[in-house]
Amino acid sequence: MTMPFDLSWRFWRVWQRNLTVYRENWHINFVPPLLEPLLYLLAFGVGFSTLVGPIHYQGRTVSYVRFIAPALIAINIMNNAFFETTFASFVRMYFQKTFDAMMATPLTLEEIITGEIIWGATKAVIGTAIMLAMVSLFGLITYPSGLLLLPVAFFAGFAFGTIGMFFTGIVKNIDLFNLPMFLFVTPMFLFSGTFFPLENLPGWAQTLAFCLPLTHLANICRALGWGVYHPSLFWGCAYFVLFILIFYPLAIRKMRRRLLK
Amino acid sequence: MESKLRIEAQHLRKHYGDLVAVDDVSFQVLQGECFGILGPNGAGKTSIIRMIYGFSPMTGGVLKVFGLDSRKNMRAIKAGIGVCQQENSLDPDLTVRQNLEVFARYFNIPGPVAEERTEKLLRFMALDHRQEARAIDLSGGLMRRLVIARALINEPELLILDEPTTGLDPQSRHQVWSRLEDLRASGLSILLTTHYMDEASRLCDRVMIMDHGHVLVEGEPAELVKTHIGHDIIEVAEPTAELRTYVQSRNWRHEDLEHRMIIYVEEGNNMFHEISEICGKAGCMMRMATLEDVFLKLTGRELRE
Repeated sequence: MTMPFDLSWRFWRVWQRNLTVYRENWHINFVPPLLEPLLYLLAFGVGFSTLVGPIHYQGRTVSYVRFIAPALIAINIMNNAFFETTFASFVRMYFQKTFDAMMATPLTLEEIITGEIIWGATKAVIGTAIMLAMVSLFGLITYPSGLLLLPVAFFAGFAFGTIGMFFTGIVKNIDLFNLPMFLFVTPMFLFSGTFFPLENLPGWAQTLAFCLPLTHLANICRALGWGVYHPSLFWGCAYFVLFILIFYPLAIRKMRRRLLK
Repeated sequence: MESKLRIEAQHLRKHYGDLVAVDDVSFQVLQGECFGILGPNGAGKTSIIRMIYGFSPMTGGVLKVFGLDSRKNMRAIKAGIGVCQQENSLDPDLTVRQNLEVFARYFNIPGPVAEERTEKLLRFMALDHRQEARAIDLSGGLMRRLVIARALINEPELLILDEPTTGLDPQSRHQVWSRLEDLRASGLSILLTTHYMDEASRLCDRVMIMDHGHVLVEGEPAELVKTHIGHDIIEVAEPTAELRTYVQSRNWRHEDLEHRMIIYVEEGNNMFHEISEICGKAGCMMRMATLEDVFLKLTGRELRE
């Protein structure tokens, strides 16, 4: 049976609920995005960069720390949005029955799911803002173009949220999230031009990497973080529009099948 | 819209694959009444309730709430009902007060109005002394009171309660019943599922007993007892062979349960005297028939699930 797609602005109520809970625990929620970039910059910037030396990338020569700084932001966007719409949404849906309670109010399933994905995107923006501030202390981001990373975090966060929610719609139990984490998130983390230029990989691996969302997000973050308006910026945005067009309806469909019985 | 019927269900059906959970069920809930759906586990009670608030798509039939077709006007219907689900769905990280305020936002209730109602409901459900406690720290009884308070935040025209007192201690149950009686007295229509017959007798104007997705009987609790059982019942513990033979020879309506015999008392008959002659006054007792007797007679005594 097909059902009409019923979405109104009321999805903000779902977002608001998550914000209320977030504010209860904000001091804990703030710590990871604050410390994570410092750990990475310490490990890679101080420990690793002496081994690597400057990087030649897109006809420019940059220090290794400057090379990875925007990629760290990209990774943070992916992690925040993906974690929020997988583990955190699953806990709300399965253990806390939050969605069941919402379903008995005028909220529709579409609004609940959309509110959750937008909340994941918001978490990505919050994380990016904190990280941006930290990384900028080391002079690694060019402004004003660097500020555009905030709307990018929302947009790409939404995209990663749709695929996260898609997985939430299909996993049987919470442990099964280890599968997409291991097969999807971890390979992207390592092989999306994050820690070394994609050109270092063999041709087939480059093609494979080009299909993955984090590759495009890392490209976008580098272009904006360095203030270089490279064509990959446009292709990256086009990629995410297409990605959302595929995974947003799919996420709704899977969650509808899961929740409405 | 100004229909006297709060709920009108015609030939409701719900299938889960091959399993038929609700099979051609029709009933009505009138303005201001408390209607109970009774049945053993798996009878189809919760499935019916879930169809009413849009959680489960109907397989067949017509369902109207407030005169509105549930297939077309679910959002409007949900704005006018309060639902108290079986499973606890409170926000564990939020306080009692926040749970109510967050829920009010789902109904687009403006802040000041929500605050006013929250105050009122905290007092009504005797939660005000714990309003800053986190929901996760509440006892079972307090949680249930909070769930009921939450279901009232939109000032619903119809309150739906799915087993509202399951798992509560006697004090909490009586407290919840007393509040529900207040609500009923104020004219709120209530739809309730339960498998506690004392609860149904006390709260419900009319009940419907279901089993295996079918409706077995429907009517006022006292009327059902009278029709299906009669006025009184004699229970005999550890009946002897002598008593068994005697009851059979007299052709009295009875149920033989191995360790216990239940005999339905016929009006104008001195059965208790005759039975106590055989088994002694201590071995038997006469009591009023209850809805539970009707329920067990109709749904049988074998275990479910």
